[in-house]
Amino acid sequence: MSTAITPTAAEAELAVQARQAQARSDGYWAGVWKRLRRDPVTIVCASILLLMLLAIVFAPLIAPHDPYQGSMIRRLRGIGTPSYPLGTDELGRDMVTRLLYGGRLSWFMGIMPVVFAFVIGTSLGVLAGYVGGKVNMAIMRTTDVFYAFPSVLLAVAISGALGAGIFNAILALTLVFIPQIIRVAESVTQGVRNLDFVDAARSSGASGFTIVRVHVLGNVLGPIFVYATSLISVCMIIASGLSFLGLGTKPPEPEWGLMLNTLRTAIYVQPWVAVLPGACIFITSICFNLLADGLRQAMDVKG
Amino acid sequence: MILYLLRRLFYAVPIALAVGFVCFMLVQIAPGDPINAIVPPDAPADVVEQVRKDYGLDKPLPVQFGLWLLKVVQGDLGRSLATGRPVWSDLQTAIGNTLMLAFAASSLGFVLGCVLGGLAGTFRGSVLDRTAVGVAVAGVSVPHYWLGMVMVVIFSVQLNWLPAMGAGPGGSSDWSWDWEHIQHLVLPMLTLSVIPMGIVTRTVRGIVAEIMNQEFVVALRGKGLTRMGVFLHVVKNAAPNALAVMGLQLGYLMGGSILVETVFSWPGTGLLLNSAIFQRDLPVLQGTILVLAMFFVALNLIVDLVQTTLDPRIKRA
Repeated sequence: MSTAITPTAAEAELAVQARQAQARSDGYWAGVWKRLRRDPVTIVCASILLLMLLAIVFAPLIAPHDPYQGSMIRRLRGIGTPSYPLGTDELGRDMVTRLLYGGRLSWFMGIMPVVFAFVIGTSLGVLAGYVGGKVNMAIMRTTDVFYAFPSVLLAVAISGALGAGIFNAILALTLVFIPQIIRVAESVTQGVRNLDFVDAARSSGASGFTIVRVHVLGNVLGPIFVYATSLISVCMIIASGLSFLGLGTKPPEPEWGLMLNTLRTAIYVQPWVAVLPGACIFITSICFNLLADGLRQAMDVKG
Repeated sequence: MILYLLRRLFYAVPIALAVGFVCFMLVQIAPGDPINAIVPPDAPADVVEQVRKDYGLDKPLPVQFGLWLLKVVQGDLGRSLATGRPVWSDLQTAIGNTLMLAFAASSLGFVLGCVLGGLAGTFRGSVLDRTAVGVAVAGVSVPHYWLGMVMVVIFSVQLNWLPAMGAGPGGSSDWSWDWEHIQHLVLPMLTLSVIPMGIVTRTVRGIVAEIMNQEFVVALRGKGLTRMGVFLHVVKNAAPNALAVMGLQLGYLMGGSILVETVFSWPGTGLLLNSAIFQRDLPVLQGTILVLAMFFVALNLIVDLVQTTLDPRIKRA
């Protein structure tokens, strides 16, 4: 059988075409990046977020004043005051500085719960989706219970019972988002589990762990990641909301939600200074939302 | 069909029980002895012991849960630490006020959302569509407590058109449908309506756009049906899913109104929760959360039942 060893002209042609196709398509992630680059809204949002991140990370270098040092003689100055471009708060502290430092905690409390929930929720969701049966029952029915609470209510309930504090707020928010991520992870895993290549891996003797690690995770992480990105916006709003209720950070720590709360008393004196921290929350939240939408489209995730 | 409805009803029982358990655990996870949630901290030691026995707090946790459940079913949610009044009596007026606000806000949000979403879905890609999408994204991204403050700044501080706080003369329990009172409802209602508006716009736009692409719409157009006629068919097909989303939104609003009520000092469950948190009044916290969560469970159930009844295509085992 010499035909198997020496390829025919048609086979050689096919091989050349395959190589060319390989050269033309640069793989999945390059495609995603290409689509993202052509999406102006996503690019603008990502740039704003990146700028904000840099600003809050380097807050000590760029902040013009001390975030804690107030002064009784220059309380509640308006926007445009010389050397205090965004005014001062109810204790005479510079708003630019407070907003820069406040972003640190607001971002931290908006992102960390989602990160924790992503890790825990993905593990549990993939487990439930892949193993199925009783494990699935146990995990998914527990999830149903937490779904029976509106998320703001659950966050307020848990952190209200645990008491104020950053740690408690993050714990409460993580618990709020775990069930939501489990649901998504479980349904995506269910979809992948019965595909042919998983069957092929199983029949070639791969262990359950290997199948999940090599074949399942690679296919489910994308959609779950996109979903988690969209949760950051919600998380930031609820986290600042908790601080607004007095459940998250405590004064004098700068945090956007808490600043909004303490400045509420100044609403008749300097209304536009008082609403500044909320504007920061809004901008961050809307950018994360649009970024998640852009990622969803670029990565071609349904839902 | 009837069988499904019965099964769905039956399935709600364990969920309700589990939700009750989570609420029960709220007092347990609170730092310190749960007894502190019932008696004031300055109570004498023998009174504390007596109360501990009366409440069954010396018994194992499952037994405690059973005892607590028995009381809750009879409408006894315990007494407030701050006021000493039964939690349930304070809750009743608060829930009435929250429901009123949530209904008003969701009705407004639904109408706006349906109009915006319907138009956007019908005229896809138009300027109108892009505006609707923008409004929807802003609606779900805005921190509503902040929006409330901005509303107060614009309509109360700058224009002085509407009151910024409270529920009108006579406080929480004395409500009547005259302008004197209604003007207090306007700002919180506008603020709160933004969330369902965003989500309903998004959902309705998606549903309508999907239906418009289906063959039967093309067939109806080909048959020579007027725009209005086609529109009615689309509405009929979009209604069940849209209704489901709206029902759930009403429930989310009841939870989400905590923050908005705080901003406007609206005397509802949110304000009650806020003061309970501030004073660490755990019985009030627990009771309010329990009642709100039960409302949400019931609402979920109703939405499911209505959706299945309306849409014969949904056949569930």
